[in-house]
Amino acid sequence: MSALVAVVLFFGVTAYAVFGGADFGAGFWDLVAGGAQRGQRPRALVDHSIGPVWEANHVWLIFCLVVLWTAFSPAFASITLTLFVPLTLAALGIVLRGSGFAFRKSVFATRERRGYGAVFASSSVLVPYCMGAVAGAIASGRVPAGGVAGDWWSSWMNPTSILGGVLAVTVCAYLAAVYLVHDAGRLDQRDMVRYFAARATCAAVVAGVVAFAGVFVLYADASYLFHGLTSRALPLVIVSALCGLGSLWMLARGAYRFARPLAIGAVAAVVVGWGVAQWPYVLPETLKVAQAAAPTATLASVLVVFAAAAVLILPSLGLLYVLDQRSVLQEPPADAHERGGDARAV
Amino acid sequence: MTPLAGTLLAVDPVPWARSQMAFTLAAHIVLVPLGVAWAFMALVANWRAIKRDDRDALLLAQRWAKYMAVTFAVGAVTGTVLSFEFGLLWPTFMGRFGAAFGIPFAIEGLFFFLEAIFIAIYIYGWKRMQPWHHFWSGVPIVVAGIGGTVSVIAANAWMNEPSGFTLDSAGKVTQVEPLSVIFNKAMPYQALHMTVAAYLVGGFLIASVYAAGMLKGRTDRYHRLGFLIPFTVAVVAAPLQMITGDALARFVYSNEPAKFASIELVPKTSSDVPETLFGHLDAEGTVSGGIRIPGMASWLSDPRTGTATVVTGRNAFASDDQPTVAEANVVHLAWDVMIGIGTLLTLLAVWYAISWVVRRDMPRSRLFLRIAAGAGILSIVALEAGWVVTEVGRQPWIVHEYLRVKDAATTNGGVWITFCVVCAVYLAVGTTLILVLRRMSRRWREQRGEEESDVPYGPRPPLPAPVPGDEVPIG
Repeated sequence: MSALVAVVLFFGVTAYAVFGGADFGAGFWDLVAGGAQRGQRPRALVDHSIGPVWEANHVWLIFCLVVLWTAFSPAFASITLTLFVPLTLAALGIVLRGSGFAFRKSVFATRERRGYGAVFASSSVLVPYCMGAVAGAIASGRVPAGGVAGDWWSSWMNPTSILGGVLAVTVCAYLAAVYLVHDAGRLDQRDMVRYFAARATCAAVVAGVVAFAGVFVLYADASYLFHGLTSRALPLVIVSALCGLGSLWMLARGAYRFARPLAIGAVAAVVVGWGVAQWPYVLPETLKVAQAAAPTATLASVLVVFAAAAVLILPSLGLLYVLDQRSVLQEPPADAHERGGDARAV
Repeated sequence: MTPLAGTLLAVDPVPWARSQMAFTLAAHIVLVPLGVAWAFMALVANWRAIKRDDRDALLLAQRWAKYMAVTFAVGAVTGTVLSFEFGLLWPTFMGRFGAAFGIPFAIEGLFFFLEAIFIAIYIYGWKRMQPWHHFWSGVPIVVAGIGGTVSVIAANAWMNEPSGFTLDSAGKVTQVEPLSVIFNKAMPYQALHMTVAAYLVGGFLIASVYAAGMLKGRTDRYHRLGFLIPFTVAVVAAPLQMITGDALARFVYSNEPAKFASIELVPKTSSDVPETLFGHLDAEGTVSGGIRIPGMASWLSDPRTGTATVVTGRNAFASDDQPTVAEANVVHLAWDVMIGIGTLLTLLAVWYAISWVVRRDMPRSRLFLRIAAGAGILSIVALEAGWVVTEVGRQPWIVHEYLRVKDAATTNGGVWITFCVVCAVYLAVGTTLILVLRRMSRRWREQRGEEESDVPYGPRPPLPAPVPGDEVPIG
């Protein structure tokens, strides 16, 4: 049963990477959009695009944390004990990012918007970097099991963690750009389609180069993971590479409809590949999934809750995305009562 | 590691971890009533708007939704920090008891997900959804808010009354009964008390803003409605809260005697225990100062046996198994503050109710409005005090009689640094939150009389054209 819960956990991690990651990436494009004048339209598109969905997407992180600490509590304790610094930075980054975004949407003065926007955008880069570094630390076996803290500094300042951080940031940027191309198309903003298509292509190339360089880093620094990725997880690595190349090709051809699912496929395959490569360890070479697993009844509860989530949450999420994609969800109206419209029109 | 870094990172983490957890929880708990109760009040206004074609109610509901968007975002991220902190500050606690303690949180995650999804639909659905569809999209927020509160409180109640698990000789959890974890003995009492608290605080807090506006002469129908809806909710909640609080206090009397001895400042087990208002305990175990009501603590603990009721005193527990003298004084003071404010707010509720019965209107006096304008802050103080009672009253335990706080904490010596950083960030975010909310309110006031182009529930607006300039949101 522990294997099944591990699958559920990785389902959450993948969902967070694919949905939450794109929100972080949107923050990245917000950061590099240039001055208030030049960056106004891309920023407005970012606002419009992630406004209704970012909080729901963010809940996948809570989902992952809760499943990890409930089902694999010793692993959670070890990870938080060793990776105190990057996780604290990530938590603070999450606070600044969420509140910065909400504040920016609620004020209209340029100077203030710029300030909150800068906080939102820079923490949108910080958080995925830290998450990637945490993943790198775990994957390279730097988190020891058994209630002892690993090195508070080198556990996340090492080649694999840096690779993880940089890869996370570039992959988020890539996903976001692909989504934004689609959203710009939906809103009929041709110039924004071109704008983000160019950036999506760049990000895809950079992510590809980082991933390729990563092969050598992992070979030298994370042998267990490298071995896993080149054996049982190899099909997933190939799928990811093919999807990545495919999405690049679709971007070049202007077939943006297909670029999006291919980009999702590329990212999801890499995340799942990490999980498969690490199997059967939750902390490579020190703690196995089965050893870390909670008593059966707890695992069963997690699965029951997950089943309930599948019944309740997935359709609700679907509804949210469908309403959003059909442009039913819009900025709330400003003040209505001053004007003479009939509130019950429609 | 350099000697300086070594010194900086060698500070005892336990007091700092406690402070950081207390500070971040204290900040988050203020946003909880808004997250839980505001949606309900917005729906009341929304219902009225659709049913009676009430423009003021519609405007209120829309503005509340906009405020909620901001407070919910800040609440969501400060709540996320707490999830991180369970591990960052208390890794041993989570490592040893996560298998039990985590279960209510798994359910909470479900509710949080629903809340986040439907709040987005509700907030962004004003323009293009059908009025009733839109209204109903808000209902899951209310349900999920209550469900989430109950789940989180179930976890907290479990820390007070741990049950539903078996330990082996090494102290490892080997068996879990999920239902006994969730429905632990304290859960029904605490969950009810906190849920009512969310509505009470949310109601008084929101109403206080409109009461302040009315004191400034903004007595139009819009402000009146903005006061009446949340205040009525709070007025219903206030007496209910006395009942749930009384039941919880009696539960603590029967089941958590060490906490109760600190609450009532009882040094020695005895009958005919006086109720001490304020006052404090000194190191020798004598109570000094304050006002004493003879026999009252005994009588309240069990009215059936009256003043003959025996209350267990602090002498019944080893000194390191119960709150320290200083902690007991904090618990007692917090208790008095909570009860005092609760009583005051209930009297305010009675005043309001009598006025409605007699005159079919809210009280007209400025004194009433003044108290109502202060009731928001007061109710927050009471909420914080209540939480201090339950948390400090459980000391020195994190899991009552199973794990001590000091054994649960992280070994990272740098926690004092993160505490300082967290304080700075939270103060900045908190201040900005208040400023942004005020800015929104001022902007809307200034807009009065101006033409607006947005129609709620209106026809599809034309697609935005690219417009240069800074202040044109797309969409």
